[in-house]
Amino acid sequence: MNVKDLDITRIRKDFPILQREVHPGVRLVYLDSTATAQKPSSVLEAMDHFYRHSNANIHRGVHTLAEEATADYEDARQTVANFISAKNARQLIYTRNTTESINLVAQTWGRANLKEGDLVILTEMEHHSNLVPWQMLAAERNLRLEFIPITSDGLLDLDVYQKLLQLQPRMVAFTHMSNVLGTINPAKTIIQMAHQVGALTLVDGAQSVPHFKVDVTDLDADFLAFSAHKMVGPTGIGILYGREELLQAMPPYMGGGDMIRKVFLRSFVANELPHKFEAGTPAIAEAIGFRAAVNYLTHIGMNAIAEHEHRLTAYAIERLEEIPGIHVFGPDAGHKGGVVSFATDGVHPHDVAQVLDSDGIAIRAGHHCAMPLHEKLKIPASSRASFYLYNTQAEVDALVKGLYKVIKLFK
Amino acid sequence: MDDLYREVIIEHYKNPSYRGELNPHDITFEDENPLCGDHLRVDLRVGEDGCIKECAFSGHGCAISQASADLLMENILGKTLDDVKGMSKEDVLDLLGIELGPVRLKCALLSLKVLKAGVYGVAQATDSLVGG
Repeated sequence: MNVKDLDITRIRKDFPILQREVHPGVRLVYLDSTATAQKPSSVLEAMDHFYRHSNANIHRGVHTLAEEATADYEDARQTVANFISAKNARQLIYTRNTTESINLVAQTWGRANLKEGDLVILTEMEHHSNLVPWQMLAAERNLRLEFIPITSDGLLDLDVYQKLLQLQPRMVAFTHMSNVLGTINPAKTIIQMAHQVGALTLVDGAQSVPHFKVDVTDLDADFLAFSAHKMVGPTGIGILYGREELLQAMPPYMGGGDMIRKVFLRSFVANELPHKFEAGTPAIAEAIGFRAAVNYLTHIGMNAIAEHEHRLTAYAIERLEEIPGIHVFGPDAGHKGGVVSFATDGVHPHDVAQVLDSDGIAIRAGHHCAMPLHEKLKIPASSRASFYLYNTQAEVDALVKGLYKVIKLFK
Repeated sequence: MDDLYREVIIEHYKNPSYRGELNPHDITFEDENPLCGDHLRVDLRVGEDGCIKECAFSGHGCAISQASADLLMENILGKTLDDVKGMSKEDVLDLLGIELGPVRLKCALLSLKVLKAGVYGVAQATDSLVGG
């Protein structure tokens, strides 16, 4: 498939918010999908229909609505499992988001398996969500943390990684795609190298799963974490995928209803997978919205989406680099997804974002939850434009025009 | 937006009159706004009459935070520490002459927060801003 297969005009009609005026007469140009994606009508309607038509709590209920809600909730899990080519839907645990998925692994697998002096390898380009849970566990258990550095090209230094592996790590946790640099990391290679020394792997798929085909079975990932809201689904629901024998052996995370098989006054027996990790009433409508989101992306085609974003990104990098005073970070378009982060000489990223907002252009400014990475780049903050299936070349042109306006204002 | 970047703000951002450090100083304090990575330090020299004789700010941040720091320094010169304690967020917004949403308000008020923390001690400064 190529980009011509994506009918952007038609896709944009599926996203009602894209018709919105941000200021009187100023149409939204949404370039912040890395933070959260917009939602198509099919997702909104699926959730609305659930609440209007089938709302009930899941499991245990025997009335019609409870049966329907349970069936939908579990069918959604199967739909997402198919999307990432998981062998079995019970390998997918519903969580609130990527962050909770990673915390779940650190707090259950980590606490059960890591002891003083054990090594966890992370990278310098991690989002805080794949740093802080390990820092917390490291403080509690006196673990060692080491980091795969970033090369000057914005890629992971796999030579250093190879050396770090000789220190016998227990876990290698890394982002599949950087939310700042856009770098797409060679996950399959990183996982193979970890497995050769007997380490497990956790892939932060928050940015990869929404934007290109991720096949967990082919990757041979031990854990994969991602969120629905970055893939045109609702907020409040995410996934932890895990290898089945690992999930079976892990202790439960939160205690409560649904995660138990039997409860006595002083003890309990945990439920089977995946319910063992799903305490309390979950985000049912969100699971149904998630299914609609995955169906939508599947219908459009992940390869076509990836190709479209790739072309937009290459175009954006080319246009931005033409602007005097703009410096683009990260690798070339061939090694990255739809993320373009940049600095503007003499203008703080917040001011860049604020001026662009007056033209309806939404970009992100700040450290993007990656403070150590910004320290490495020696900048306090950056501006970031990011693209998804509904973005157009005309929107990149609007960004470029807006940046000239910023530069003129601060000249 | 065009109101937000009034000429006075751009001017104070690009050509601040009070940027720098005072060494030695009688009062100094620094803090940051973790949201945007803004960092601000304020130094004061206070005369025997209790009035601010010299003041300066340093650090980095957006136009709003830097312009507000420069305008604030200009405003407090010659005032007493008690005058500074009595300043509210409205005083800073009046200096800037703009209306701000909740996110940018933090940028605008960083300089007053740092100044008050230096004059008062940290805990009371936060209380007085919340109260103000």
